[in-house]
Amino acid sequence: MTRNIVISSTFHLIIIFITAMSLPFLTKKPIELPPIVSVELIQIKDITNIPFAPKAKKIIEKVKEKEKLVSEQAPPKVVKKEKPDAVPLPDEKIEKVKKLEDKKQNPEKIDNKVKQVSEFEKEELFDPNNIAALIDKSKEDVGETTDKPNKISQDQDRTVENIGLSLSEEDALKAQIFGCWSIPLGLPYNENLLVRIKLKLKPDGSVIKSEILDHARMNKPGQGFYKVLAESALRAIQLCQPLRVPTTGYERWKDLQLNFDAREMLEG
Amino acid sequence: MIMFFRYFLILFFLIPTSSLALIEVDISRGNLSPLPIAVSPLSLDKASKQSLKKILKKEDLGSEISFVVENNLKKSGLFNPLNKDSFLQKPDIAHLKPRFEDWALIKAQALITGKVTFVDEKLRVEFRLWDVLAAKEMMALAFTTVPSNWRRVGHIITDKIYERLTGEKGYFDTRIIYVAEEGPKTRRIKKLGIMDQDGFNTKYLTLGNELVLTPRFNPTNQMVTYLSYFRNLPRVYLLDIETGIQEVVGDFPGMTFAPRFSPDGKKIIMSFAQDGNSDIYTMDLENRIVERITNHPSIDTSPSYSPDGKYICFNSDRSGYQQIYIMKSDGSNVKRISFGKGLYGTPVWSPRGDLIAFTKLHKGKFYIGVMRTNGKGERLLTENFYQEAPSWSPNGRVLIFYRETKTDAKGEGFSAKLWSIDLTGYNERLVETETDASDPSWSSLLSN
Repeated sequence: MTRNIVISSTFHLIIIFITAMSLPFLTKKPIELPPIVSVELIQIKDITNIPFAPKAKKIIEKVKEKEKLVSEQAPPKVVKKEKPDAVPLPDEKIEKVKKLEDKKQNPEKIDNKVKQVSEFEKEELFDPNNIAALIDKSKEDVGETTDKPNKISQDQDRTVENIGLSLSEEDALKAQIFGCWSIPLGLPYNENLLVRIKLKLKPDGSVIKSEILDHARMNKPGQGFYKVLAESALRAIQLCQPLRVPTTGYERWKDLQLNFDAREMLEG
Repeated sequence: MIMFFRYFLILFFLIPTSSLALIEVDISRGNLSPLPIAVSPLSLDKASKQSLKKILKKEDLGSEISFVVENNLKKSGLFNPLNKDSFLQKPDIAHLKPRFEDWALIKAQALITGKVTFVDEKLRVEFRLWDVLAAKEMMALAFTTVPSNWRRVGHIITDKIYERLTGEKGYFDTRIIYVAEEGPKTRRIKKLGIMDQDGFNTKYLTLGNELVLTPRFNPTNQMVTYLSYFRNLPRVYLLDIETGIQEVVGDFPGMTFAPRFSPDGKKIIMSFAQDGNSDIYTMDLENRIVERITNHPSIDTSPSYSPDGKYICFNSDRSGYQQIYIMKSDGSNVKRISFGKGLYGTPVWSPRGDLIAFTKLHKGKFYIGVMRTNGKGERLLTENFYQEAPSWSPNGRVLIFYRETKTDAKGEGFSAKLWSIDLTGYNERLVETETDASDPSWSSLLSN
């Protein structure tokens, strides 16, 4: 009994000692406060889009080039493994190549392999009578396969173009037009008065052509308020030009639509 | 042929089209600063200048008319007429073909030019409104009248410009009728005064022998109804301003208040006390039949029709405190619309129909405010020691009311003046009158 009490007490003491030694307040090191990070709060939209920076584009292109080199060197070995015993007919050959493509993860590498495969087989295996036809076929294949990556990149570019202006670009343009647009205060706030103006811009932001999209409303009887608002919007554009547009990506914003809506301001 | 069209239609949909989405930017804010406008003096040839100088004793009528226009535009609060010293082009040349670059240089966005001639004893005034930034003419009109009407021509020109640039009707070719007051507070002489909206051409319509109260314009013509006390009995009068003919509509018992026309001008609506109970009544001006509209033991006063004549707003203390109510024009469907703290009075329905102006008394201060017809969106436009009786401009943008100042310990320093304020609440201006003034009422447009 006594023995058990001693053992229990000893273990308890050991645990208390270890706990006490490892408690943080016993370490007398001063607490290091993390440096204060100042954060500027800005209003942002739910969706943002940031175009490729020129530097980033260059880096991506370099990476792509490297990838291409690797794929050009690697394929022959792989192809040799898959080399058939019998000489296939051109059509069968293409089918097999396609099957290979399916097995691979990276289509870009496969494309280059296809290119290499056809050349090797042309030299070593094929019937000389079929060479011409094969060369043509392989060229077509190469054409198709090498086209694909380009097409992808073009699509990517287009999506970038279609996304629109970035937040900061849009805000800069809005801020400029806010200053130029004198809202006619006599307009009613409870009517549907939205003026949409399509602009064709020069690279420096000056306006080549401005067109009111609902132009028919301008001369309709009873649409006096719309006409007044449309004219004030046109004056704002004239007063503001050259518009504060981004320095790059002219293709993106050369055609621009401004929607003028004064209801929020008129309602107060 | 049909087959061809079918194939064409199929092909049309099959042809791949590039669908580049147009970038859209929403502009929902702008500046509310007044529009910079250049009002060039109206050019005047030498012969006309000499003739008009003899008749009107005015050195340069072209400049005078342009000053009227400029003053009106400035007072509206929506325009900023630029200083004439900065103009680079001469008036006569600018009227023919403005050098838009010069006007844009001084930051003008619109330009007014004109020409005055005196032919066949008639004054002819023409003007053009130009969009400086678009470099095009927006409007051109000419008016011919007798020379003495030159101020009115200035007001009509302003109305046209205002309407073209803001989209709503102007309110410059209008008049204001009011109670002109003179003498110490205990022995005030009150007479009916009428003037142009800018305070010029004042005339007095009564002599001041009798106390006059609450003059109101007929919305359709230049008739006025007002209340006057004759041998201590309130009488409602009708006065034709053009002819000066005045007639008594009727003697009414007890306290009678604020007669006002219906929108079609065929009825008068007012409140008077019968058997000690004040209710709202209408009187048909053709057959003089009086109809009771409200029948409630509380005090119902200050009725005002909606512009379509279907509803009436009035104030009543039926809830215990003076509040604003609306009802159908036959007196049914009475509904309280004001629920704020304080007492509400003198409700007036806007000519636009969307707002009701009122006077509010809260914690010893008087406010002029507006609310929507359902009672929501209450906005207090101005606050002062004592002010009341708002009256709308014909376009429903500006309110005119009167404001009194405190008397000092000696009983001096009292004054009553007319003030105007627009719906923004920022453009508050004193309306100059020859004497003290109260109870203003704004006419409809004279040129309608």
